[in-house]
Amino acid sequence: MSPPILVNDLSWLIGGPQGSGVDSSANVFARACAAGGLNVFGKREFYSNIMGEHSYFALRAHTNLVRSHIDAVNVLATFEAETLFRHARAVTDDGAIVYDPSLAKTRLSDIPTIEKRLAADLKTYLISHGVGETLDDMLAASKQRGVALVPIPFKELLEQIADEFQVDQLSKISRVVNMLAVGASFGLLGFDFAMMRGSLEEVFRAKAKIVNMNAAGAQKAYALARSLVPDFRYRLEKVAQKEPRLFLTGSQATALGKLYGGMRFQTYYPITPASDESEFLEENEILDLNGHGLVPETGGKEKGASMLVVQTEDEIAAVTMATGAALTGARSATATSGPGFSLMMEGIGWASINEVPLVITLYQRAGPSTGMPTRHEQGDLRFALHAGHGESPRIVLASGDFEECIRDGFLAFNYAERYQMPVIHLVDKALANSYATIAPPDLSDLRIERGALALANNGYSKEDPYKRFDLGNGPVSPRALLGQEGTIFWNTGDEHDEMGHITEDPGLRNAMMEKRFAKLDLAAREIPADVKMNYFGPKDAGTVIVSWGSTKGAVLDALDRLWAEGAKIGYLHMRLINPFPVDGVRKFLAKAKRRIGLEMNFGAQLAGVVREHTGIEMTHFILKYNGRPMSNTELYDALRSVLAGKAEKRTVLTRGA
Amino acid sequence: MALEQVMKPSDFATEVHNDWCPGCGDFGILRTIQMALAELRMEPHRVTIVSGIGCSAKTIHYVKTYGVHTLHGRALPYATGVKLANPQLKVLCLSGDGDGLGIGGGHFVNAGRRNLDMLYVIHDNGVYGLTKGQAAPTLKLGVQTKSLAHPNINDAVNPIWLALAAGATWVGRGYSYDIKHLVSLLKQGIEHKGYAFLDVLQPCPTYNDINTKEWYGGEDRKETNNGRSLPRVYKLEDEGYDPVVHEPSQLEKKATQALEKALEWGDRIPIGVFFKSEHVPTFEERIMQRVPTYMDSPPALQSIAGPNGEPRTDLTRLIERMTFKGA
Repeated sequence: MSPPILVNDLSWLIGGPQGSGVDSSANVFARACAAGGLNVFGKREFYSNIMGEHSYFALRAHTNLVRSHIDAVNVLATFEAETLFRHARAVTDDGAIVYDPSLAKTRLSDIPTIEKRLAADLKTYLISHGVGETLDDMLAASKQRGVALVPIPFKELLEQIADEFQVDQLSKISRVVNMLAVGASFGLLGFDFAMMRGSLEEVFRAKAKIVNMNAAGAQKAYALARSLVPDFRYRLEKVAQKEPRLFLTGSQATALGKLYGGMRFQTYYPITPASDESEFLEENEILDLNGHGLVPETGGKEKGASMLVVQTEDEIAAVTMATGAALTGARSATATSGPGFSLMMEGIGWASINEVPLVITLYQRAGPSTGMPTRHEQGDLRFALHAGHGESPRIVLASGDFEECIRDGFLAFNYAERYQMPVIHLVDKALANSYATIAPPDLSDLRIERGALALANNGYSKEDPYKRFDLGNGPVSPRALLGQEGTIFWNTGDEHDEMGHITEDPGLRNAMMEKRFAKLDLAAREIPADVKMNYFGPKDAGTVIVSWGSTKGAVLDALDRLWAEGAKIGYLHMRLINPFPVDGVRKFLAKAKRRIGLEMNFGAQLAGVVREHTGIEMTHFILKYNGRPMSNTELYDALRSVLAGKAEKRTVLTRGA
Repeated sequence: MALEQVMKPSDFATEVHNDWCPGCGDFGILRTIQMALAELRMEPHRVTIVSGIGCSAKTIHYVKTYGVHTLHGRALPYATGVKLANPQLKVLCLSGDGDGLGIGGGHFVNAGRRNLDMLYVIHDNGVYGLTKGQAAPTLKLGVQTKSLAHPNINDAVNPIWLALAAGATWVGRGYSYDIKHLVSLLKQGIEHKGYAFLDVLQPCPTYNDINTKEWYGGEDRKETNNGRSLPRVYKLEDEGYDPVVHEPSQLEKKATQALEKALEWGDRIPIGVFFKSEHVPTFEERIMQRVPTYMDSPPALQSIAGPNGEPRTDLTRLIERMTFKGA
């Protein structure tokens, strides 16, 4: 008896050399699924390279929302040899491989871009299956396990397309192979081809000939795959979704939050993976305004809401230029990654001592130094907390999923202005480059809070002038903006007096240090509990995970499985790391006998911060630092091991291609 | 934005104690800035002066306009941020030669590429004064000022050449002891439409014992018949020099002429306007090509929230493009 059909629970992977159009194929696949009412989560992996190195997209499609990737692949779509060699072993026994039969004789050793270590590993695998080292051998080894093989004669299909569309050279349409692989995948899965056609129209907007060529080719591959494996176990079927779903990347989510929060100025210097956000903002620099809360005569009348994105000469200019803009009252930010952030230290200190509301979005990637520029890590938490010389207050906020990217992108400006200090918003590569369908978040609770402002000509006089750093009325002095009448002030990177002039007076120094840090206490008291952290799971759980950032999706997906099995395990997801919410963390960890520090870094950085502030130590660590985000599969395995009392104190996760 | 009433330089003075050394060339620059702003009848609150680090950078504390004393080498990007976010402000930027041409050299080059409408002044004295007299980027090769253990082993950068190469559209040089001339240069630089660069020769009486006031004044070389000093500094305009690119086709000629003049040093040091072109679009104009409302509604002057903090940015259309509709 054949195993039951699996509908709408799929892990699909497509790969190819960078620059060959793999991006578009994954985009078309994901959009077709989403258009058919499915939810998707896609993970993008690529080398720091323009052309030729291997890149791939792993995508899950499901009826319900998906928040993370898994290790297994059900359909592997390839059109060249390297992807097949690299990923064939991940294909489930009941899965399928789409491939190009003309490459059958390609040898593993013919592919220079496969690293030596991996090549040796693959060779051992092939030997253990008693086969040689060609692509055919790799397929044979897969077939032994039951994997369905789906040969698609890419070149022949391309030739047919070239004939039909009167294209004189095949090389001009070489990118169509991507869509052939997608078409073949959908054929296997029996998904409505109209979804793919619509998706092609969306992706290749206004290029009718390209749409038609790709669609014609994809349809041929679709029909061929369907006839080759008519009874494939995995199926994708359209779902009637009542609610709309937002389809976006983490970079876009962060950008949306910042725009909604009134950001009008952003600087950046090109860096992976942070640039995507700035480029998205630049594409959307002309903004719409509503007339919210304004009387009709004035509301919405001012023309031209827009934001300015400035590409600077370096990250020092990026942070200082954004600070200059912030002094004028524009909500200003800069976005960068580790190496760029390293250059911003002095500027962050300046913004802090001058109490400037500045937002820095820090897209973490694997460090140190250049590290692995296109790979994932949460290695900059300690760095963000301590960046700069001396002691300078800042708020550190970390987002764990797309909705948090939006909300924190918005809130970062409120906190920067209310507490007049830099806010470092931590995002990471796994969030930035992943895309997913999410329920459109309800943001109706969000309000823009600009903090204490000094109005122009507000009764200030020569005898009683405006004091930018007034010590008389609590730690937050009303902020004036450059250009405003009657509130002239000075700034300096030196310690300053109330007017903003240089001072080395010991008493004033103490007063100013205390003023600046008192704002942090205020923030700790005022920022709502649900922004500081979120707890998931039973309140009396004996085992509690403490984590932050993009591990959230994988943790929640793994926990769903563990909870279904009856496990008593909770999860404390931290968002506000500075000022550190001591009481909340104590409360959630007080009763847990097992406490698991779970992070994408070597040093368990958050666990150290928790210990520093609360004295509470983790009993276990689940860590990963190979540059690939945690899959829910490996997390599930690791957590089960901890729950069973079988785990070492420190578990290091190692999966991911 | 100019005021109708007469302004006095003292309207631009603060009461902050000035701690420059007696005889410092910075005093001349400070005074001329106050005079230029008064003569242009600038409203103090509409002016923002941004400085870097060093003796020159303290200037902002002595001028009663918005003053932003920033980081070593970074005055330009701070000033650029201020100006871009609110282009309705008049922005002046001040650096020393170490500040602007050494640690801040990268920004110097990139400011030229933008041609943003502001004036950048370098207080040029050849030494790092505040750190006690090390050699700065404009000190000539082989010169040994008094705190150097050995003669300078680096050659000097030529600020005029560098500014021209970077793309500054107004390039001038002043001398801090020629007050009247310097006021005129500052005013021209402030009023120039585009990025103006003004190099100001400024003796450091404490650490530069070579390029002193007396040296610039030529007191070591007297006319034989009447015993009068023969100043080393002379004015370009006195020799009929025309720095203006009147037609775009004159660019090569005018740039070449400026470069040639800027090579002069030693016994004859030209001051005045070396180069001026208004044929290059300003950064503001370039932005307006993309965002037509930029000058009227720049980032700093947009309303982002309703009276109760309601976000006014309407993302409906953008989000619609990213949304798959429900059935």
